[in-house]
Amino acid sequence: MTTAAREAATPNMASHPKPGLADAWRDASTEAMRHLRIIPRNPELLGFSTIQPVMFIVLFNYVFGGAIEVPGFSDYQQFLIPGIFAQTMVFNSSFTAVGLADDLSKGLIDRLRSLPIARSAVLVGRVFSDIARTVLTFTTMVIVAFLIGFRFEGSVAGAIGGTVLMMAFAISFSWIQAFIGMSVGSVEAASAASFIWMFPLTFVSSAFVDPASMPGWLQPIANHNPFTRLVNATRALYNGLPPGEHLWWSLFWIAAITVVFAALSIRRFSRVTN
Amino acid sequence: MDAVVAAGLVKHYGETKALDGLDLTVPAGSVLGLLGPNGAGKTTAVRVLTTLLQPDAGSASIDGIDVLREPHAVRSRIGLTGQYAAVEERMTGRENLEMIGQFFHLDKSSRQSRASALLERFDLTEAADRVTNTYSGGMRRRLDIAMSLVARPSVLFLDEPTTGLDPRARIGMWSVIEELSNDGTTVVLTTQYLEEADQLADNVIVIDRGVKIAEGSVDELKDRIGGDRIRVSIARVENIDLARSALASLVTGEIELDNESQNTLVAPIRAGGGVVPAAIRALDEAGAEVVDVEVRRPTLDDVFLTLTGRRAEGNDDDSSDTDSSVANSPTSAAHQPEVTS
Repeated sequence: MTTAAREAATPNMASHPKPGLADAWRDASTEAMRHLRIIPRNPELLGFSTIQPVMFIVLFNYVFGGAIEVPGFSDYQQFLIPGIFAQTMVFNSSFTAVGLADDLSKGLIDRLRSLPIARSAVLVGRVFSDIARTVLTFTTMVIVAFLIGFRFEGSVAGAIGGTVLMMAFAISFSWIQAFIGMSVGSVEAASAASFIWMFPLTFVSSAFVDPASMPGWLQPIANHNPFTRLVNATRALYNGLPPGEHLWWSLFWIAAITVVFAALSIRRFSRVTN
Repeated sequence: MDAVVAAGLVKHYGETKALDGLDLTVPAGSVLGLLGPNGAGKTTAVRVLTTLLQPDAGSASIDGIDVLREPHAVRSRIGLTGQYAAVEERMTGRENLEMIGQFFHLDKSSRQSRASALLERFDLTEAADRVTNTYSGGMRRRLDIAMSLVARPSVLFLDEPTTGLDPRARIGMWSVIEELSNDGTTVVLTTQYLEEADQLADNVIVIDRGVKIAEGSVDELKDRIGGDRIRVSIARVENIDLARSALASLVTGEIELDNESQNTLVAPIRAGGGVVPAAIRALDEAGAEVVDVEVRRPTLDDVFLTLTGRRAEGNDDDSSDTDSSVANSPTSAAHQPEVTS
């Protein structure tokens, strides 16, 4: 077929109906595919999402493992590993902010916004493609954790439930990061703004030590930290203990953060100026 | 029929009036050049017309469809190439094009054939399967434009399409834009260069501080500012009257003494060449020894000086990465005389 014939065979897209839910999903998948496709072509990112968590597991386990005793857990690993898993997956959400800021600075967001696609597609696509990287990171961590002696001591359902809970929590954080990524001015600013606050959030929690060992004024903060709820629920599920109210609190935070920040981000996306 | 109509567009950012009541119309199939210095409001106008930015006031339509009320329908009719080559750097040229086809819900075979046809048209077939971060600036720009054409837009917006390109790539880009226009696509392009508007645009709108200060063909604009000018320097000041009379029949207006040099004359000439060799011959015959002859084409700066009485100046942070000194400094590159042979 000649070029001219091919061109003639292509339909003109002039009449394009307003996108429904199916179109929105389709556009989001197209956008997600863009990110998934380039994961293997981005070795720095791949390295960071696998090496950093491995380092954390090994360092925390061997450096602090001997010094920290946690009531109710004879073995620090069983206490620590779920916390590290959760921290790493939440940390990973900062890629959402950095990636969006990068697309924004390169004019890609403008290009996508000028296309007749659902306004939610770019963000939903990005957030969902981040799950793929999170799964990769999680798999690496599980292997390393097993090698140093960690075991899922509860049921299979508990192990899966705890993992799904963490993923959902990480996704809800990706929405916070999407908002940050589109609100700060540059990639550098996004990488700082997406990361710094996650240190106090994850360390002033039950992830590494029992909050009871913290100064009195810090304890209520640590105890009510949404991240503490997540870690407690996951830790219980992984170790075959009842997660109790922590599970309900975790679900509440996941839903609240997702609803609020997805709405804010999509609103911001339709108005964002480069 | 008018493909683009805008009326009274206003967009203020605090004290900065990016748009302050801009009107424009673009007849279908024509090329409009939006000419203005950095910060004149060109990019803001394009962003409003392409649904990216909500104006504070005013209205706009593309092919009769209201930009503010039916942005989605407008988006399916336009193509936008912004100031940055907005390509996914870690994907190949072909993948980039097919991705846009997917966003327009073309089926797989249409996506593929459209991508191949565009790659061929923009001379990117050889580089089609290389990731685009290996492309040159000119190649990225071409891919960028190709991406705006996947769905055959009826109106194409090009925001400073040649900014940052070397002269060869710039001329390549000009022929690409000419071809598109010949195919019947309506084109709105912004530029800081009168020469570029001259080359490409059927009509030009000069904007300054968010309002239109002149409109017409490039020739009409040039007429208003006096068109091309010849600048002749001779070796000896005492021969200046000899030179003056030798040139009299070749120029179209008053011959003036250059205000920087006592042995240099400046005069308007008709556009189109041939004057320089004739001037050299005439001066030789008259016995005035010629040191230098140049033809100076009017620049955006001249247009501004004539229309506003002041130099073109950048007056806000228009997100352009071009060197604003080009528009600011009277001694800068924009003001260098161009020599024609």
